[in-house]
Amino acid sequence: MSKFAKKKDAGLPAVNTASLPDIVFMLLFFFMTVTVMKDNSLKVENTLPNASETKKLEKKDRVIYIYVGEPTSQYVAQFGKEARIQLNDKFSAPSDVGDYILQERAKKPQELQNVLTTALKVDKNANMGLISDIKQQLREVNALKVNYTTYDGDAFNNLQ
Amino acid sequence: MSRRGGPAEVNAGSMADIAFLLLIFFLVTTTIETDAGLDRMLPPIEPPTEEPPVIKEKNIFTVNINRNGQLLVEDELTDIKKLREKAMAFLDNGGAPSGSPEYCSYCKGKRLSESSDNPAKAIISLKNDRETKYSTYITVQNELVGAYNDLRNREAQRLYKRDFTDMESEYLNPETDASRKEDLKEKVKRIQDLFPQKLSEAETGSSN
Repeated sequence: MSKFAKKKDAGLPAVNTASLPDIVFMLLFFFMTVTVMKDNSLKVENTLPNASETKKLEKKDRVIYIYVGEPTSQYVAQFGKEARIQLNDKFSAPSDVGDYILQERAKKPQELQNVLTTALKVDKNANMGLISDIKQQLREVNALKVNYTTYDGDAFNNLQ
Repeated sequence: MSRRGGPAEVNAGSMADIAFLLLIFFLVTTTIETDAGLDRMLPPIEPPTEEPPVIKEKNIFTVNINRNGQLLVEDELTDIKKLREKAMAFLDNGGAPSGSPEYCSYCKGKRLSESSDNPAKAIISLKNDRETKYSTYITVQNELVGAYNDLRNREAQRLYKRDFTDMESEYLNPETDASRKEDLKEKVKRIQDLFPQKLSEAETGSSN
């Protein structure tokens, strides 16, 4: 009889939370390995279109990025709803693209200067007029290798 | 301390908090990069004095995209889903008569005399409007690149029992070792020469 009484005194045992840190650390390591640090904050909408015949951009140090899209909600009042170009951290006119490429190219080591790729990260709702202006600028500074960055997926999804 | 209780338990409750803090820090400061896309070469600006080369009309496959995303392929209104098929039929046509130096021995097309002579001569010309949506343009580009890839895959399967796209990605991968690369380079080059990618883009019209 006395044995039963003793057990009642102990009350509910505490839930063991020792494995919780392990799970969170696992998540943490996952994020550390699959992501990269943001080098500049996006000021434009950037939902890329889908394509299935993609090629991977291999060497990160040989890529110059150009972002195009509508300004995000906090910049709409200032810059309007029309798609804009973002170079580095600021909005730019199409005529600035050439100078920007030349600047970026000058920053790269000599042996890489001829093998650079320009990655165009363009929002799917942008118009081709702006892209044509950029392409014309790229041709003028002889940066002929471009990569239209896309998500992997069925290209026909773009049409909806 | 009682003997039955064993050693005292270390309170690890705050460890989870610290890990969460780190996790949230990484969530906000990093992005998952998308680093794949369609590789294209822009045409260099030609010196104005140079005469453009004369190209036979039948060797050009014209694709026009208008502002509403409609497609005019060879002066015919076409659904975008049919584009790949049509482009492949054009590239693979091999219209040059057998015996002539331009004869294409590996083509499996219909050999129509009014379509392209051989894949090396065939040019796809793409034209779009300034108001065309970028997503439509990418879909068209994707289909045209896909047409080339499908044909190249077919030839690579025939010659090397392997897909061309597969070989090319292994060749471009920096982790592939040098001797393997040397071997692949030859094969990739050979397939590329069978179906050279000739995709020209006219300067964008302001309206059409």
